[in-house]
Amino acid sequence: MDSAAKASMDIYQDGVTARLAFAGKLDAEGAGAVWREAMHAAAHARMHELLVDLHHVSTCDMAGAAFLLALEAEHGGVARFIGESSSIDALLDRARKAHRPPPAPVPPARFDPMAMAVAGTKAAAEGIAFIGEAVLAAIHLPSRRRMLRVRDIWRYADQAGVRAIPLIVLMGYLIGLILAFQSAVPMRRFGADIYVANLVAIALLRELGPLLAAVILSGRTGSAFAAEIGTMKVNEEVDALTTMGLDPMTMLVLPRMIAVALVMPAMIIILDFAGLAGMTTVMVGFGFPMETVSIQVKSWVTAGDLIGGLFKGLCFGLAVAAVGCRAGLNTGVGPRAVGLSATAAVVGGIVATIFLDGMFAVVFYRLNL
Amino acid sequence: MSVSAANTSSRDTGEPIIRATGVGQRFGDRTIFHDVSFEVARGEVFVILGGSGCGKSTLLKLLVGLRAPTEGSIEIDGQEITGPEGEAHLPTVLRQIGVMFQSGALFGSMTLLENVMLPLEMYTDLPPEACQEIARMKLGLVGLGEATGLMPAEISGGMAKRAGIARAMALDPPLLFLDEPSAGLDPITSAGLDRLILDLRQDLGATFVVVTHELASILAIADRCIMLDKTAQGIIATGDPRVLRDTSTQPTVRAFFRREAA
Repeated sequence: MDSAAKASMDIYQDGVTARLAFAGKLDAEGAGAVWREAMHAAAHARMHELLVDLHHVSTCDMAGAAFLLALEAEHGGVARFIGESSSIDALLDRARKAHRPPPAPVPPARFDPMAMAVAGTKAAAEGIAFIGEAVLAAIHLPSRRRMLRVRDIWRYADQAGVRAIPLIVLMGYLIGLILAFQSAVPMRRFGADIYVANLVAIALLRELGPLLAAVILSGRTGSAFAAEIGTMKVNEEVDALTTMGLDPMTMLVLPRMIAVALVMPAMIIILDFAGLAGMTTVMVGFGFPMETVSIQVKSWVTAGDLIGGLFKGLCFGLAVAAVGCRAGLNTGVGPRAVGLSATAAVVGGIVATIFLDGMFAVVFYRLNL
Repeated sequence: MSVSAANTSSRDTGEPIIRATGVGQRFGDRTIFHDVSFEVARGEVFVILGGSGCGKSTLLKLLVGLRAPTEGSIEIDGQEITGPEGEAHLPTVLRQIGVMFQSGALFGSMTLLENVMLPLEMYTDLPPEACQEIARMKLGLVGLGEATGLMPAEISGGMAKRAGIARAMALDPPLLFLDEPSAGLDPITSAGLDRLILDLRQDLGATFVVVTHELASILAIADRCIMLDKTAQGIIATGDPRVLRDTSTQPTVRAFFRREAA
């Protein structure tokens, strides 16, 4: 850009009149170069008449017109433009017609514990209502069985379960490995490192297996459910289903929940075995024979541990799937809404899992399980 | 206009197929429209027109039961779909209507054929091969006979709209709602869609409610229309669009038909 063509400004004070004389190009770049100084001068001249001298302005575009109007507004009174060409005059007229006062600034959101509590309660109530709707859809399933497409269930089971196996194996193996190694070091000081096998096996089967499987499910599948259904909502596909008299709950939510219920136990068992393999690797590395590790695990772990873990995992999976589907069905308008739904599905899925896990901990303790 | 009654409702008693009375819609404090009343006769092509943001698509959503109006009542084929009894009538009413959404709203995980087959599979006891045959025929009617195996992502906007019409008429409903069928299409494709609507009305005797602001389409297909206006928050004109174009003295109606800036 030719620097000579840039806008410049001179300020003249003549009694009660302030004159701002501009020269050069009043385009986006030119206006930008003198904007602050000009606004300051206009604000300073509020008690005086303001003359805006455009004799030496070579060109002015819409950015320049916006600048001149902003100058007038900053002055507060009516500014008088002199020396403007007919084209600048026409441009100013058009800009004045298009000009709208800026909307009143929205006050920044303040931390309001009461509003947050109300919003949280409302969200929880909506979540419970959604579960109620899902249960109702399941009850009405015999009369709507055509709406439940078995092919869709297999597709979601493949997406949520089969394709997650490599990740499940990797995560399970690494968690077993890390857990065994981290516990073996301090326990060795007490000569109790053989019990690492018991510790890791119990922790995996009762707690970590279902919990990790649910977290993986939430990150991989809950978000995918929310994004898929959210995109369908944005593309009016959910409306299309409704106007066909087809229940979105039965067509979209139930198949996903059934698929997750089918694959979740398998995912947990795979993760448990991968974790035990990781733990065994560490124990063998520390010099324990595999048979010893196996006997330690068998002597401590009961079928109740495995079944309890599987039951918990099933509930976690259903919660994650429900949260993902609900986030999808609540998607707003526009592509950004789909991203927000996916985020809500992951966060909500993990929170619901941890919340349920806490409840199970209390219930299992009271039942001596 | 005389049309075949073969596929229209059995309740062919001269009663309007749609009756909207004093319908209004508000979102919070914002009134979109109020006191909207009109009737749609069986077998006519009825157009809801108006400028952008006047509530055309919102009105369509009210007519197909996707949203409940904040005031007024709507009857489809003599059955009220609003108010306390509306929810009970809605499933029956939905079986008698077909809706084409602005984007086509085809299910992305299904081929065009599967999209059109879906209502047939859900509501009829036809064997799968019969459903396929009917779906192929419907797609053929809208000129997509060669595209049955394509996925929605593989077709153009105009094809998606035509496939949306094929799906909407899969069960031969007596009442079809089309939301902006020609928006965003080139003039030739748009004219083709207009021709298709008139042919289907002629061949199937269906009633069409079309939401659009495409002037050429309105003049080509509409028997009657209502015009909504954002400023008036309601209907500002009713009647034959050609008559409105030639005789209306209402400034917004004149500006709309003469393509003048307001």
